[in-house]
Amino acid sequence: MDQPSATNATQTFDPVEFETEPARYRHFRVTYDGPIATVTMDVDPSACIRPGYELKLNSYDLGVDIELADIVRRMRFEHPEVRVVVITSGNDRVFCAGANINMLGSSSHAWKVNFCKFTNETRCEIEDATAHSGQVYVAACNGTTAGGGYELALACKEIYLQDDGNSAVSLPEVPLLGVLPGTGGLTRLSDKRKVRRDLADVFCTTAEGVRGKKAVKWRLVDAVFPRSKFAEKVRARAEALAKEAAEGLPGGTRKPVILPPLAPEVTATSRTYRHVTLTWDDDARTATLTIAGPSEDDVALVERGGEALLEAGADLWALRAFRELDDALLHLRLNHMEVGLVLVRATGDPARTIRHDAALAACRDHWFGREVILHMARVLRRYDNTSRSFFALGDAGTAFAGCLFELALGADRFYLLDDPDQPVHVGLSALSFGALPMHHGMTRLSAHFYGEPESLEALADDTSLKTPEEADEAGLVTVLLDDIDWEDDTRVAIEERVSLSPDALTGMEQNLRFPGPETMDSKIYARLSAWQNWIFIRPNATGPQGALSLYGRPERPRFDWQRV
Amino acid sequence: MTQVSSVDLNSKIPNNVGLSDDPKLRRALEKWLPEYLEWWGDMGPSDFYDKPVFLRTAVSVTRDGWAHYDYVKMPEYRWGIFLAPPKGELTVKCGDEAGRPAWTEVPGEHRNALRRIIVTQADTEPASVEQQRLLGHTAPSLYDLRNLFQVNVEEGRHLWAMVYLLHKHFGRDGRDEAEELLRRRSGDPDKPRILGAFNQPCDHWLSFFAFTMFTDRDGKYQLAALAESGFAPLALSTQFMLTEEAHHLFVGETGLDRIIRRSAELQALDPNGDVRAQGGIDFDLIQRTINYWFSYSLDLFGGEISNNASDFFASGLKGRYREDKYEDHKALSGTYRLPVVEGGRLVEKDVPLRHAMNEVLRDAYVADCERALRKWNKTLEQMGSPTRLTLPSRRFHRHQGIYAGHFFDPEGNLISEETFEKNRRRWLLTPEDNDYLLSIMKPVYEPGKFANWIAPPKRGIEGKPIDFEYVKMHD
Repeated sequence: MDQPSATNATQTFDPVEFETEPARYRHFRVTYDGPIATVTMDVDPSACIRPGYELKLNSYDLGVDIELADIVRRMRFEHPEVRVVVITSGNDRVFCAGANINMLGSSSHAWKVNFCKFTNETRCEIEDATAHSGQVYVAACNGTTAGGGYELALACKEIYLQDDGNSAVSLPEVPLLGVLPGTGGLTRLSDKRKVRRDLADVFCTTAEGVRGKKAVKWRLVDAVFPRSKFAEKVRARAEALAKEAAEGLPGGTRKPVILPPLAPEVTATSRTYRHVTLTWDDDARTATLTIAGPSEDDVALVERGGEALLEAGADLWALRAFRELDDALLHLRLNHMEVGLVLVRATGDPARTIRHDAALAACRDHWFGREVILHMARVLRRYDNTSRSFFALGDAGTAFAGCLFELALGADRFYLLDDPDQPVHVGLSALSFGALPMHHGMTRLSAHFYGEPESLEALADDTSLKTPEEADEAGLVTVLLDDIDWEDDTRVAIEERVSLSPDALTGMEQNLRFPGPETMDSKIYARLSAWQNWIFIRPNATGPQGALSLYGRPERPRFDWQRV
Repeated sequence: MTQVSSVDLNSKIPNNVGLSDDPKLRRALEKWLPEYLEWWGDMGPSDFYDKPVFLRTAVSVTRDGWAHYDYVKMPEYRWGIFLAPPKGELTVKCGDEAGRPAWTEVPGEHRNALRRIIVTQADTEPASVEQQRLLGHTAPSLYDLRNLFQVNVEEGRHLWAMVYLLHKHFGRDGRDEAEELLRRRSGDPDKPRILGAFNQPCDHWLSFFAFTMFTDRDGKYQLAALAESGFAPLALSTQFMLTEEAHHLFVGETGLDRIIRRSAELQALDPNGDVRAQGGIDFDLIQRTINYWFSYSLDLFGGEISNNASDFFASGLKGRYREDKYEDHKALSGTYRLPVVEGGRLVEKDVPLRHAMNEVLRDAYVADCERALRKWNKTLEQMGSPTRLTLPSRRFHRHQGIYAGHFFDPEGNLISEETFEKNRRRWLLTPEDNDYLLSIMKPVYEPGKFANWIAPPKRGIEGKPIDFEYVKMHD
């Protein structure tokens, strides 16, 4: 067989675009029946995002997951009436066979890591929708549910498996491929479904998996139903869940908010959206990400309350700007691998952003207001998880305040200009104290002050505008520079940063960004992904005789038996 | 250790594997025995259990011992466990470890793969009994009735052979799998048998003969490939099963030959050459039957390009048909060329030989089927019939592998779904075909007499005359 090598050289292909829409789906069908939506996975084997492999048996690649992410996102905005989302398969025998192995085996390390990170983020979004949006995901596994297929099921609140003497759930990565079930599989097995660790050990080393009653007994699935009654039983469960999920929901007219394409203006060195601009300099290996704060009209609109937000729909600044930010981050991750440092700038009027946030926070009892804030939180988590250095540059004309101050707090450093002639104000807002949590459950502010609880205490509910000096005094600034030093000091800092090892920086940043306790989500990125990414570069997986390299080849793997 | 001991016929479970010296295993199998009998009672040809049938029973594994003929009532048939005696030093026959001594115990790293291979093979045995359970009511003769029951009891014994391996070598998982084998049911939407062809209805004798001709022949090639296994107990079990399987294939091949012969007679007899007008089975219908069962049977070999096939070969678990005829048992460097569908047309593609092992086995099978077709056409020629039957392309009407999801005509040309559907009734069995066949299939239980739609065999069984009372319908 021709060994695909497509994804080793990303740059020779068109950039990956993360935006899609239902009319363009190749791999999913979504049907709506009142409060129950059914997402049917039926992967088109020939529609791969890169050439060189076939998406057989409902296996997926990045292109498939981009569609899934789109479905999950649109479900919340465009189908607010939906309470239960049933994920099932259109394939006769297979629910989902997981990530395509030939794709993984032939991909560069960077592609694998980015692919896994994106799929992990989508799984976390599924759980976020279940937990916060009253959209409960249910996996209806009507066939073999293997590897990433079971991990997708694990992201759902409940898992139902067809009992036909054949369909099993499995995590065959270790015995078959010499890698981990890295899309949250191990973590959700232990922390979410609380499968006993010794049984989990047996399960994760048995390639064919577990089926039938044993799968229920081991808590791998919630129930098994015979094939002839499967659809009916799942339906009954979905209806019951829909009733439960409908309780205690926020109010407001449940009118769909359609998400139109962002359609940025693209040049060889920039992507320009309505509120966000991303430019890059490949030679300097830096990019600049600029986000413009809300206008006076935007604030006035939000101040009119939830129904007015709904009228504005996808044009709402808070939704549009953060969608753009999300797209820019994803573009940067996949299509500009060598850009190591992102200079972040927020513009606008800081006082206005703080007022905007206060008004938006007041709309949290409206379903759409809540969704907008939840979406902002997810995008900011994507920002935290992006393996680039971020320097927030608070120079003249910037406005790091409220939700945009999160970009400064989330950055690895915040440089702020202290120039009496060009005063740059910063400030916290109603959204700074819990509405936009990080993956490990803390606010960026409390993570920032993990070792200084008194500084955190001093800022409690403080949404006042601060001068650079006040901000520095409060501990919100990394380096305060006057006008004379700004140019040179930031230049040196930038040049120094881009000269350091990208691997070491990624590891260092990801350790320093998340002080304090872990959650299941953060363990998936910090523990599972970190181990997976190590295993991915080990010869036992990806060397010439590694299990992942040789999967699908006639030769069998040979391991270096040394435990490291 | 795999020890082939002398045959113990007096124990509850006749065997030559020294069961009496292994009380734990014996207890486990004796626990399975009543469950098996219950299954046999529910799903076997139970309406004929009080009839003495002239059956062949294996009483030893020597040349004359494995075929002992006598009247037996089916529930009293002695299902036993027999391994063929090993010929010389057993070795791993193929793959990376070819030439090393064979495994007598399951190697840990291959445990799951071996269990899967054995369960998949085992599942076909009870499945075919289930598919055929009502055919006794429409048997065209006592000779055929007896052959049906012979096939049935031997499929049961083959199940025993595989269950022995599961119990002996796979611990608790093996015992669980052995129980599951009795729980799945052919054609049951909730608990179907594992492989597609074993869930297809087989409700008349034309299908029965086609099944034993084409589907059991897949079994022969699977068993032959497993007889090359580096896992000695599996190799020795399947070698012995092959001796019995040959009879099933004989039943199928000669059964179809006798139908073809009779249809040719009726064709000549009828002024318009209309076989159906004479109450026979017309050649178009026979051709549709061949197309139907041949294509479903091809699916049983698995994907044309298969990681599993490569792994099984590489690890020495499953060889090629007559592996010893090959010189290179590693097959690491060769390629295999086959047509694949790419961009809406067929193009030739080279795949690593190991990945094509299913296709290599399928080649041997197709060649064997072609031989049978030549034989039947020879019969037609001898009978002066102008008709000739053909074997459809291996791409036609497939549900597994690289051709599934595409549409081909019986010659193997890529066609549209619309064209396929338009011709489906011309190419494949229809419900009306079944209605017609059931309408002409009335039982014939008188010794020496045969239904109108089938010719008598050339000779009887074990030297007995054709009019011998092969099944005693009346005491």
